[in-house]
Amino acid sequence: MDALLLLIPVALLLGGVGLAAFLWTMKNGQYDDLDGAAHRILLDDDD
Amino acid sequence: MEAATLPEDGTHLRSEAIVCRHCGAEVAAGSSFCCSGCEAAHAAAGAVGAPTLFSAAAMVAEKGDFQLELGIEGIHCASCIRLIESALASNEDVTAARVNMSTERLVVAWRGSRVRGDALAHQVEALGYRLYDISANDAASGASGTEKELIKAIAVAGFAAGNLMLISVGLWTSTAEAMGLATRELFHWLSALIALPTVAFSGRPFFRSAFGVLKSGHTNMDVPISLAVVLACLMSISETMRGGEHVYFDSAVMLLFFLLIGRYLDARAKGKARQSASALLSKLAGTAVVFENGEMVRRPIKDLKSGMHVLVAAGENIPADGTILKGTSEIDLSLINGEVMPAPASVGAQVYAGTVNLTASIELTVDKASSKSLLSEIVRMMEVAEQGAAKYVRLADRAASLYTPVVHVFGALTFLGWWLLMQAPWQVSLLHAVTVLIITCPCALGLAVPVVQVLASGELLKNGVLLKSGDALERLSGVDTVIFDKTGTLTLGHPALTGGDYSDKHLALAASLAVHSRHPLSKAIAENATALRVELTVQELAGKGLVAEMDGSQIQLGSRRWCGLEYAQGEEAGEGLELWLAVDGAPVAHFEFTDTLRTDAAHTVQQLHQMGLQSALLSGDRQATATKVARSLGIPEVLAEVTPTEKCEYLQNLRKQGKAVLMVGDGLNDAPALAAADASMSPSTAIDIAQNTADIVFQGDKLAPVLSTIKTARRSTKLVRQNFTLAILYNIVAIPLAVMGYVTPLIAAAAMSGSSLLVILNAFRLKRKG
Repeated sequence: MDALLLLIPVALLLGGVGLAAFLWTMKNGQYDDLDGAAHRILLDDDD
Repeated sequence: MEAATLPEDGTHLRSEAIVCRHCGAEVAAGSSFCCSGCEAAHAAAGAVGAPTLFSAAAMVAEKGDFQLELGIEGIHCASCIRLIESALASNEDVTAARVNMSTERLVVAWRGSRVRGDALAHQVEALGYRLYDISANDAASGASGTEKELIKAIAVAGFAAGNLMLISVGLWTSTAEAMGLATRELFHWLSALIALPTVAFSGRPFFRSAFGVLKSGHTNMDVPISLAVVLACLMSISETMRGGEHVYFDSAVMLLFFLLIGRYLDARAKGKARQSASALLSKLAGTAVVFENGEMVRRPIKDLKSGMHVLVAAGENIPADGTILKGTSEIDLSLINGEVMPAPASVGAQVYAGTVNLTASIELTVDKASSKSLLSEIVRMMEVAEQGAAKYVRLADRAASLYTPVVHVFGALTFLGWWLLMQAPWQVSLLHAVTVLIITCPCALGLAVPVVQVLASGELLKNGVLLKSGDALERLSGVDTVIFDKTGTLTLGHPALTGGDYSDKHLALAASLAVHSRHPLSKAIAENATALRVELTVQELAGKGLVAEMDGSQIQLGSRRWCGLEYAQGEEAGEGLELWLAVDGAPVAHFEFTDTLRTDAAHTVQQLHQMGLQSALLSGDRQATATKVARSLGIPEVLAEVTPTEKCEYLQNLRKQGKAVLMVGDGLNDAPALAAADASMSPSTAIDIAQNTADIVFQGDKLAPVLSTIKTARRSTKLVRQNFTLAILYNIVAIPLAVMGYVTPLIAAAAMSGSSLLVILNAFRLKRKG
């Protein structure tokens, strides 16, 4: 059962990192314009 | 109609043969545009009228910058995005320009003066994209705020539910003897540690709503949800503290997770809220030029009084209802009747506020103060009608109002039963009562409606039908009478070449001139000509027609009088739609046009009758025309020459007789009726106010979407009912188990996921049958 002491915090931590990353991307506005993002990929950003 | 020469607006970046004429991107040899989006935008650029004033809506951002957010139409591809953004960014005072393709918004920020925004907006309009003010539409941005909050709540609940499952599976598959009491308690405490903050965070949308309705003395679905979640947590904490066997943290969080998904889908399906009619009145903001004691002065439009003498320049909005005193012009009446053809107007003619004076300046006497104009009248009627129509109660809400008391009574009976009859300790009795609340909790009910709705609206969107309000489908499914408007709804709303006296050679010649014009009649000719076109240099004379030189002779395409013919006795200008072709002043051919019916109109009406629906035609057009159209389509009831008020009254009468009415219309004169109907549809060619008012907007030249949308609505409502039945069946099985105390956390979890899954799978049958 000692493994639990390591595994549970690790599981929670990894899940937490994923959650934090998701919340950050959302706050950052990365889901605001999904259609636009799909099209912008075709543009050359050479200017 | 104004001269519509194709703009030479400097967008030809490289050699014309290999670049798109609109955005300058390279194209395959032989084509002039990179995509249909550019072609459409390029065409629209020719039709830009006077600049609209948006700058009043600009907000002051940081460091004294101004920021303006506008709705934008006509963005199709990456080139559109780049074209708009780079055009705006090329101005030195523009600090930021960003197009959002999903929400069709444009945000532009600039330094300097507020009015600069109008110039920037016009720059975009000149590229062929239509801009519109969204400040009246703040409800929509508020909705996306709740959507974001829901997503955050879903993310947190999902994370917590996953981790709780990890622990719970351990608890379910093992026994206290095998894992040891200490480990079990550790697991319980860990669950509490994860679940409590999650419930506090993700449960807020439910708690807030439940608290709100309880305060006003009502109840809704959120009350039993909140109660179940909170009680489940409290009970689990007490079980954890006294070292009990079962905790229900995972059930509480999973419940929230499922319900939040349903809530999110529901918020998505609600879509664009109906916009307020008051935006229409912005047409009447601003000033008008008034003659006072022989002088011209500017007066605010709202101060115009009956009897005043007003000058309206070409291209201006007519400020008030009135009679023309001096001048002859063409008036764009599309706001009032949805007709594309501008109507000629001369001395003595009646004109209406909000319509546009196109070709020449006119003077008019004001007949009615602007607050009494037809436009203001229609806005008032719409507001009254909308209030009347707002009483519809959704099926889900009706189910909830029955469901809540039943579940709470069961919970209370369970507690009393165990405590008094079975002589169980009160903790145990409460535990059983709470499991009843958890297991009956409306996961399936909460998902039943939104899942079907999201699938149905996605399906409809693929067919060019846009649902604008969440309960539109439900209201539509109960409809038993369909009322059509004529022009633009049953007909296409633009003229097509249907007769006349011409040879193929003349048609080809006429088309060679007509391709240079965007006048509706010219477009109709250009569409019909298949023969070779001659390259000509064409000049457009406003109000008269087109003229060009070929092989030394002068060719004219235009009105009868201009082509050298007088009107015959009894005929008047503007009666029939026609064009004449003249060579060196001698008329050689003429073309007649009519507004044609949508190709499948008769078939659609017939199918509607077969489905047991009644139909009627309400038109502002003349009796003879309306009757002819109705007869050719098989519509039994016709009311012609009706005013907007009469349309609205006719509808309300039908509703009083207990009929559920679908109104299909496209003009301002239909708008009050659209608002008053049980459900309403507009073609996408309709004027803005009609589209904003309608529940559903459909695209294309066919009328079939009316039929298919009603079918989809009926099918999805049937599925919603099935889902409710499934949910009830599930409860019939689950409640006795819970009352008798057989429900462990494992059973609760399995039952909840199982019923939710069943409901979702059932909803997907909508797609299969489609």
